[in-house]
Amino acid sequence: METGNFHHALKIREDLCIGCSHCMNVCPTEAIRVRNGKSVLFGDRCVDCGECFRVCPVSAIIIDHDDFNHIFDYKYRVALVPAVFTGQFPEDISLRQIHSVMLELGFTHIYEVENGVEILSKAINDYTEKHSENKPLISSFCPAIIRLIQVKFPSLVDNIIRLKPPLDISAHFLKKELLTMGIPAEEIGIFYVTPCAAKIAAIKDPVGESTSPIAGVINMDFLFNKVYRKVKQQNGQSCAIPVSGKLSGKATCWSLTNGEASQISGRCLAIDEIHNVIEFLEKIENEEITDIDFLELRACDESCAGGVLTTSNRFLSVERLRNHADSYHESDEPTHPDAFRKITSESEYLTSKISIEPIKPRSILKLDENMAEAMKKMEKVNRIMQLLPMVDCGICGAPSCQSLAQDIAQGEGGIQQCIFIQKILEQKGEMSLDDSVEVMQSIWGFGKTNKYRDIKGI
Amino acid sequence: MMHFEYHVEGGNFTKAGAASSQLKKILKQLNVDPKIIKRIVVALYEAEVNIVAHAFEGDIFIDIDTEKIGIKLVDQGPGIADIELAMQKGYSTASPSVREMGFGAGMGLPNIKNNSDELKITSQVNIGTTVELVTYLNQ
Ligand SMILES: Nc1ncnc2c1ncn2[C@@H]1O[C@H](COP(=O)(O)OP(=O)(O)OP(=O)(O)O)[C@@H](O)[C@H]1O
Ligand SMILES: [Mg+2]
Repeated sequence: METGNFHHALKIREDLCIGCSHCMNVCPTEAIRVRNGKSVLFGDRCVDCGECFRVCPVSAIIIDHDDFNHIFDYKYRVALVPAVFTGQFPEDISLRQIHSVMLELGFTHIYEVENGVEILSKAINDYTEKHSENKPLISSFCPAIIRLIQVKFPSLVDNIIRLKPPLDISAHFLKKELLTMGIPAEEIGIFYVTPCAAKIAAIKDPVGESTSPIAGVINMDFLFNKVYRKVKQQNGQSCAIPVSGKLSGKATCWSLTNGEASQISGRCLAIDEIHNVIEFLEKIENEEITDIDFLELRACDESCAGGVLTTSNRFLSVERLRNHADSYHESDEPTHPDAFRKITSESEYLTSKISIEPIKPRSILKLDENMAEAMKKMEKVNRIMQLLPMVDCGICGAPSCQSLAQDIAQGEGGIQQCIFIQKILEQKGEMSLDDSVEVMQSIWGFGKTNKYRDIKGI
Repeated sequence: MMHFEYHVEGGNFTKAGAASSQLKKILKQLNVDPKIIKRIVVALYEAEVNIVAHAFEGDIFIDIDTEKIGIKLVDQGPGIADIELAMQKGYSTASPSVREMGFGAGMGLPNIKNNSDELKITSQVNIGTTVELVTYLNQ
């Protein structure tokens, strides 16, 4: 299977992988197979949702982020943090404490991602008015969803709103602010603190945009541990003043479920968790559901509060952020002399940079480019399906009978991988026991197939 | 040339759309242009729901080749007395319970016409209705 040229933040560490196939079984795009006792990821199918990362019992799936010390390559080190980062900490730890510890750790500036919402929410409302032909319009917020639509729902790519998410808008603003202060571009390092793998992939390999102003990405769980430990050690000693204003209630909740849908005019729906999203998109594609103006779709349950790199329980994070949002008053705005200006003071500039290129479909479903060839392969798949047991046991190293049949039709697997077929072939004398053990070893590795030597002694 | 068949139960709205979902999956695998897939699926969905909403039961026969997709829906049911009238936008005899489920706007048949290249409907009252539609792939 082709691996594709798409950047993936998710990597499987072969040295740690025990070939348990948990990841293979939960992957919503069937992007994982087991070969030689290790999970193998097919890059053209992976949408970076991180479901595999959640279930791996030995932490063999990693999310590749930048080395923290990389921030010191820059004189001006900006942490671009999403609101859910604050939501990770218990109520008794204040935003001030968190920010002052981050400054101690080496950042020179801290800025919250959702500031970009002040620009974006207006832009989306303008956009939905102008693009009624592509309804329902789908939010471009969650990069795993964009990739999911590209690979699994290619007919819906034009429904994706071609506007940057708050992250990119805030990054452009920061860069402009710092440049305006006379800081040379090469001294500015903007680092995003990510709650998930998909955001990393989106930054390293942006869909619908050529470059990103973000210098690097730091995993949220890593930074949380670093900050929380230091906060605990110093019992809230130092208290630097945050240099960016407090987020509005609307901005604070933007990355939570219904954060967008509640702010857009028209009939809006919010759906979270990738399987729920898939189920819904199937219906949208069939036009079984119509008359919806805007769809907020998020890959994680409870949206970014449920990101794979979060530490705190997602329901508690949501509660905290909602509390923060409720306690917001316009008059709380600090007027610290070093504070960045309000993002709306660059509305015009940011609005001019807010569009993204059309998003291209890259279907993983097609059996062949050529329809006649695809029909031949489909007939082959159907013939193979007649032979398979339809129990989706996964012993063949593929997540379902259907996926094994497709692998075989694509020339990437053999029917002897099926344990049921093996038994029948053995019984008929068409396959030797040694051969079938060899097939098992090619899937599950030597270790798993070689340890049951003394079964009688049990 | 490939052939598929599906059975449709009258009155079972939970299953309405099953055949169009299956066909969609097949056409995606065959790398048919997404815009054409959309047309076919919308047309089939409406025709399928019409069997569920108005007839007792029916069967769907689908033929696919590299030139065109032909779909034939044959149902046993009340039939349509005046096809021309039924084809008009907004005409519906849907019962209140069907309307409660969100159907019955009288837009199904006009939608089928808009989303297919050829449409032929034949019907015998108290026996059943046959809907045939063709979509060309290379136009
Ligand atoms: N398969 C069928 N058997 C019997 N009558 C039918 C059938 N299909 C359509 N009709 C008749 O034609 C009318 C118009 O059909 P059409 O699909 O346009 O509208 P509808 O089904 O009533 O509402 P909608 O499709 O908008 O939910 C129906 O109300 C029904 O009287
Ligand atoms: Mg109808």
